[in-house]
Amino acid sequence: MSADAPLFTYCLRLADSALVLGHRLSEWTAYAPTLEEDIAIANLALDLIGQARLFYDYAGKIEGQGRDEDALAYLRDDRDYMNLLLVEQPNGDFAVTMMRQFLYAAFAVPYLAALTRSKDETLAAIAAKAEKEMAYHLRHAGEWVIRLGDGTEESHARAQAALDDLAIYIDEFFEVDAVEQSLIDAGIAPDPASVRSAFEATLAHVLGEATLARPAVRTGQSGGRKGLHTEHLGHLLAEMQVLHRAHPGANW
Amino acid sequence: MSEQSKTEEPMPLYEVFIRPKAGLSHKHVGSLHAIDDTMALHMARDVYTRRAEGVSIWVVRSNLIAASDPVDKDMLFEPTASKIYRHPTFYEVPEEVGHM
Repeated sequence: MSADAPLFTYCLRLADSALVLGHRLSEWTAYAPTLEEDIAIANLALDLIGQARLFYDYAGKIEGQGRDEDALAYLRDDRDYMNLLLVEQPNGDFAVTMMRQFLYAAFAVPYLAALTRSKDETLAAIAAKAEKEMAYHLRHAGEWVIRLGDGTEESHARAQAALDDLAIYIDEFFEVDAVEQSLIDAGIAPDPASVRSAFEATLAHVLGEATLARPAVRTGQSGGRKGLHTEHLGHLLAEMQVLHRAHPGANW
Repeated sequence: MSEQSKTEEPMPLYEVFIRPKAGLSHKHVGSLHAIDDTMALHMARDVYTRRAEGVSIWVVRSNLIAASDPVDKDMLFEPTASKIYRHPTFYEVPEEVGHM
């Protein structure tokens, strides 16, 4: 393992989560409940795909094997993907999509804010751009969670069901393995434990306004960091990668 | 969420006004449907400022706007057509003033 291997892995993890969530959101294009929300969700997707490109580009440079963003995004299999399990979960109904977005953004905002203080200048610069984007995701998804939760009987039930289904993926945000620990020790990656209180405060506030109850989670699901995914990621990658694999180097 | 924000129509129509940059006025750019005022601002940001069109957004419920009746068009606007002296085009602007 070269000295840069942990940094390469770390960049890929950040990129993979952003890309997979961005792709999930892009699946709503032309299907969202209203024209306005259709454009809004596409904007969120583009923010995340933009963030993924920056992280992939940097990862490719660190690796130094000539792999560019396309090679990293389109030519790796699900076992090589290291995204959080939350982001690969299917869109479900609108409540599931907004709850998933809210949970991810509630973590991403304080985490990226901490990453702006990284000793790695490139990561700090990408984080500074991404943090602003994710702050809007948090506001948009959070406002929807409040309106769905504190809305009609049906919207409340759907929002609560979404939270109940997705809550098991929260603990994975805060997992630290040897790769990440070495970067935390080096001042390159933030310790996710340091943003837990901010995350919990956001959840308590928004879920409180939304009149939603946080379910008790006995055992969180994890494994994304090791390439162990739910059955949904393979299908997502198949659809996302097929064009590039069928027509390598295809361009607009 | 306040009772006020739970509007009687589920998705009322809003008019959107964007200020392109500091010093210019907000200008009407279009309309959209939204669940309430806050979400209307979100939607306006997402629908009408994707290409850096603005620095400030106003939204207002369309049914709160008092509008002139198209039937009154002749009465309201035609009389001004014959009063060209209201246009300040009969004055020579001195060179020193430059562009006005």
